[in-house]
Amino acid sequence: MNEIGLNIRKLKNKTFTVVIALFTILTALPLIFIIYYVFRQGIAAINWQFFITLPKPVGESGGGIANALLGTVLIVLVASVMAVPIGIMAGVYMSENPDNRISRSARLAVEVLNGVPSIVIGIFAYLVVVIPTGGFSSFSGSFALAVMMLPLIIRTTEETLQRVPKALKESALALGAPYYRVIFKVVIPSGLSGIINGVMLAVARVTGETAPLLFTAFGNPYLNWNISKPMANLPLLIFNYATSPYKNWHRLAWGASLILIIFVLLLNITSRLAIKKWKIRF
Amino acid sequence: MQQSRRETSSAADEQEASNRLKTAVHPRYRERLFQIAITGSVLVVLAIIGLIFSMLIVHSMPSIKAFGFSFIIDQVWNPVTSKFGALPFLAGTLLTSFLALLISLPFSLSISIFLGEYMQGSRLGEILRNMIELLAGVPSVIYGFWGLMVLVPLVRDFAMAINEPPYGVGILAASLILAVMIVPYSASVNREVLTQVPNDLKEAAYALGATRYEVVRHVSIPQSLSGIFAGILLSLGRALGETMAVTMVIGNTNSLPSSLFSTGNTMASVIANEFTEATSTLHLSSLIEIGLLLFVITFIINYIGRIIIKRFSVSVR
Repeated sequence: MNEIGLNIRKLKNKTFTVVIALFTILTALPLIFIIYYVFRQGIAAINWQFFITLPKPVGESGGGIANALLGTVLIVLVASVMAVPIGIMAGVYMSENPDNRISRSARLAVEVLNGVPSIVIGIFAYLVVVIPTGGFSSFSGSFALAVMMLPLIIRTTEETLQRVPKALKESALALGAPYYRVIFKVVIPSGLSGIINGVMLAVARVTGETAPLLFTAFGNPYLNWNISKPMANLPLLIFNYATSPYKNWHRLAWGASLILIIFVLLLNITSRLAIKKWKIRF
Repeated sequence: MQQSRRETSSAADEQEASNRLKTAVHPRYRERLFQIAITGSVLVVLAIIGLIFSMLIVHSMPSIKAFGFSFIIDQVWNPVTSKFGALPFLAGTLLTSFLALLISLPFSLSISIFLGEYMQGSRLGEILRNMIELLAGVPSVIYGFWGLMVLVPLVRDFAMAINEPPYGVGILAASLILAVMIVPYSASVNREVLTQVPNDLKEAAYALGATRYEVVRHVSIPQSLSGIFAGILLSLGRALGETMAVTMVIGNTNSLPSSLFSTGNTMASVIANEFTEATSTLHLSSLIEIGLLLFVITFIINYIGRIIIKRFSVSVR
């Protein structure tokens, strides 16, 4: 009797293991399949022309996505120029004054901001930048992306700087260094790897964002360097071309997807490896 | 002697600093300037949140005034006659999000049990975990593109086989792509929660002769139940606000979905579709009010999730 009970329990255990493993494989498969599919379709689309020419009008084959590549780089660059200094300084404030009222409400604000759907950020950028400046512009897109980058940068900066030992800061202060200099020369350099890591993750996160750019950067079929004008970008190009019925545009969209995926994955992997290597240990 | 050396070196420092700054700022003011800069940055963040909320309210005022509460129970959305009710989109959002949760739950739970219990600390587990977390970073527009090209034809064939309207795009396709997208996210939250179950408890159960299944079933899962629930809420917050992938596969019709295979629209997707085309103030304002609703709903869901997660990790520690 006891023997049978034991066998049933063993059998249950075995079945459970098999089911769990099966479901894990079933989960991993579609995800791997998506990546594989994008690579297969994307590689077929990419050649030299793809990087240096503009999209061709409907009906003509060939063409490239030079405008969107330039646009994405410019939009993300301008967004980073806005978000990185503010994010790092806010993180410094919050790690330096962890318990006052401003920091506590800021921590809540960061969490809320992190959860705001990206399309709502797009509406926000439309209301505060596009309407007052009178039209869609690449800058308004950068503004929206900057708002999305802030919570990640602030959180990583705060978390990293809190791990910097107090003794380090105190010894610098004891040597007579002014406070701001202690922050710039001792505290921030000690936590630099973590901060850079946060910035990389934030860039990776917003580079693929489409929704906030729909009614801000808007898209542009031509090459444009002017950030006060609508500008093409990779995610929006993928969205517009993917939902079009034209084969040639689908081809461009697959190529653009591949570029985007490689860029985002590389940034994520680098930051993962970097955090392992440079993790602050005191 | 030392004194003078320090003075000269600090003088040189000042020189260098003022050269760098171009405009010479007195050290005393530099300190204050720095304080103002970092405090200002925090205030900017607080201002952004306040501004998002107030801007959304101000700009949805025309629609709130015109429709009041009936906005969320009226199911007619017609820009031509300027009648706007958001019920179809509320229904679309809730339907797709909950379906996606339901579909993804067994998968994300088993992958987190697999990683958190079976593969904890092993090489293969590490690789698998990193891979899944990387997949959470794949842009949603790419998931949408894949869904449109691969998933939608599959759904169409399936619908044809069971005599349903064979659009392919629709509620089911949107829920499936959402499910695929939230699996990596909820799996990593769940795994985190499972690994926080104290080892003593599990070891005690093993010592009593429990099998692995019994430990998972009677120790790990009950211990992390509230954490798993929080993980579900956080994934729900994700799914509610997800825009691009859903917009690409849901079919974009402004009517109440009648079945799994009918087309529809979610709150996010209707904003994405109509925002740039809205010509009347009332239309734009109605879309902004949908944005406001979305903001409030995701805020509440995320907030509850965070509270549970926090309480959970404290109680375990």
